[in-house]
Amino acid sequence: MLRSRIIPCLDVRDGRVVKGVQFVDLTDEGDPVELAARYTADGADEICFLDITASHEDRGTMLDVVRRTAAQVFVPLTVGGGVRTVSDMRAVLRAGADKVTINTAAVERPQLIQECAAAFGAQCVVVAIDARRSNGSWEVFTHGGRTPTGRDAIEWIRIATELGAGEILLTSMDRDGTRGGYDVELLEAAREATTVPIIASGGAGSPADLAAALQGGRADAALAASIFHRSEYPIPLVKDLLAAAGIPMRIVEQP
Amino acid sequence: MTRIAVIDHGAGNLVSIQRALEEVGARPRIVESADGLDAADAVVLPGVGATGAAMARLERRGLIAPLRTWAGPLLGICVGMQLLFDDSEEDGGACLGVVPGAVRAIAGRPLPHMGWNDVWTDGDPVFDGIPSGSLFTFVHSFAAVPRDPSIVTGTSDHGGSFVAAVRDRNYVGLQFHPERSGAAGLRLLANYVSEVRRAA
Repeated sequence: MLRSRIIPCLDVRDGRVVKGVQFVDLTDEGDPVELAARYTADGADEICFLDITASHEDRGTMLDVVRRTAAQVFVPLTVGGGVRTVSDMRAVLRAGADKVTINTAAVERPQLIQECAAAFGAQCVVVAIDARRSNGSWEVFTHGGRTPTGRDAIEWIRIATELGAGEILLTSMDRDGTRGGYDVELLEAAREATTVPIIASGGAGSPADLAAALQGGRADAALAASIFHRSEYPIPLVKDLLAAAGIPMRIVEQP
Repeated sequence: MTRIAVIDHGAGNLVSIQRALEEVGARPRIVESADGLDAADAVVLPGVGATGAAMARLERRGLIAPLRTWAGPLLGICVGMQLLFDDSEEDGGACLGVVPGAVRAIAGRPLPHMGWNDVWTDGDPVFDGIPSGSLFTFVHSFAAVPRDPSIVTGTSDHGGSFVAAVRDRNYVGLQFHPERSGAAGLRLLANYVSEVRRAA
């Protein structure tokens, strides 16, 4: 049986892992390569790096982080932030990523999804969507959550799927960093709109929140950051609790 | 040192397979043309994406005939495994045709079948030391249906059983990604590399 995935997310800025609340107020959480290695040993099913300033700043630091992490982490590595072209995506894959997220550039030019899927296969094209509640639905925001687009998030999931997205990384901006739980209604609506895997993101504060996203929200994977960074809920503990709740987990024996 | 030619047909991520092979003590070299096969003890045919696009890229690099006639050990991973068969439902196109059979869509949802799933095995040497039912990472929507069921060495399940591993003469095919499957994946690659070393 396919296991539900637990994905620690490392927001990387200037070569350091940082954490913000609703996309602002950043704090330093450590070295990305060290954290990725620790999480992998703990049983992380994938590692996700998001370059949260890549739209503005030099990308070289991030590619170096990806290269160093890919060299020692033998689980799938997803990398995103500032990927605007097929050639950007190639550079990230060449650095060692297995999957690449595209966000702003895909909203601005949806054809990019098709181009990337044709070049590298749909399975490595993850369309990342930052969504905020607005009048009973959800609106897509771009540029790291700064720019409203007027586009309906559920409709965008349908379009992205048709264009060849292999997976959807769906972040609730309302919940991001609040630790108040994922937006399960958003996940349910997304589940009805696509057959590709959905990664729930934004709002994880406890193992019960991950369980709600995977069971009620029917997400295929739960992504979280701060609950793991400070070892408040170590991954082995989270996985044991979710497995006890009947969610299929990959349990990695701890030494 | 076991020299392994990792075929670069222009798509996807070669870095992880290269790194994993280094980790288990082999000497992988990424090759883009038939010249690179000369000094190799074994060939790894990776692959992500669609079989049609992968075949087109192999064609452009002049690799179709050299791969069809390669008589040494060949390990196909994911789409690289699918390419070994006659043809694929994915693009309706011909594959390398060195192992009889076809490639068909799998039934489960969500699709792609993405993540960690059990692989049930029955004693093939690449699984030495890896209990049947161990977890490996998958990312695919299609799977091989060999004409000869006796070549199947591993199965998994996603909306129905599908073929996760095969062995036919010099060919080993893996639908999952050993290079991204943690300790079990590295053990499998180490087993394969020892097998190549013994055969060389």
